[in-house]
Amino acid sequence: MTMFVRSGTVCVARFGPAEAAVLNEVMLEVITLLSEGFDRTDPVIVRLFPDMYRDDAGASEELRRYLEDDLRSAKLEQAALLLDVLPVEGGEVALDEEQAEAWLRALTDVRLTLGSRLGIDDDDVDIEEELDEAILKDPTSARVGQLSVYQYLTYLQESLVGALMG
Amino acid sequence: MAAPQVVPIEETRLEADEVPETDRPWVTVVWNDPVNLMSYVTWVLQKLFGFSKEKAERLMLDVHHKGKAIVSSGPREKMEHDASRLQAYGLWATVDKS
Repeated sequence: MTMFVRSGTVCVARFGPAEAAVLNEVMLEVITLLSEGFDRTDPVIVRLFPDMYRDDAGASEELRRYLEDDLRSAKLEQAALLLDVLPVEGGEVALDEEQAEAWLRALTDVRLTLGSRLGIDDDDVDIEEELDEAILKDPTSARVGQLSVYQYLTYLQESLVGALMG
Repeated sequence: MAAPQVVPIEETRLEADEVPETDRPWVTVVWNDPVNLMSYVTWVLQKLFGFSKEKAERLMLDVHHKGKAIVSSGPREKMEHDASRLQAYGLWATVDKS
């Protein structure tokens, strides 16, 4: 499995073709989501663009008008940067600090999106257990694939944080 | 909501109702979520607020164990700015009165 390691001033990882394809695909899904009109009842949108005030919908809405476009642009930008750098057929990636930070933010958006879709809503959810259960139920199900991707991205992000912090 | 971790000393002597509502400091709160990695949250807090690793880890653990932590306090506009930066890093941050 691809992991980032520190090499001098850069964070390096070698992506296999399948890993690159998966990352490419989920990132494109996030870009599509961000590019469309938002469904405010979608838990993913609620999580990616949280209310600024928990008890004041009016104030949250007012701020949203000022801040949401910037937040959306920033998310699209970091997703685009990740895709720019990622060799779609697989291969080596070497990220300087700024690129590594954009990757971390983009990976966060993908994991928040997938996590929400998979119903990971509690610290006690054990991905390994969820995956075992899903495989027992139907090894060919979409949920098995999504949980595997989520788990892979978790390890990938963890390794990048580690490589960046040194 | 829990007392802020950073309150100007002179204000702790005042009863809440002696302070005009508009002068009461606001706080930025980070809430626990099951997706963000503990290492990532620590890194974000260090990066955005210049906290030491120890302080960032302590706040991260508060978020993890207590469900939330106050990461900054001050004027409302400043807190909205802080929370929006945290949100840009994918943390679940909100603004509240202290």
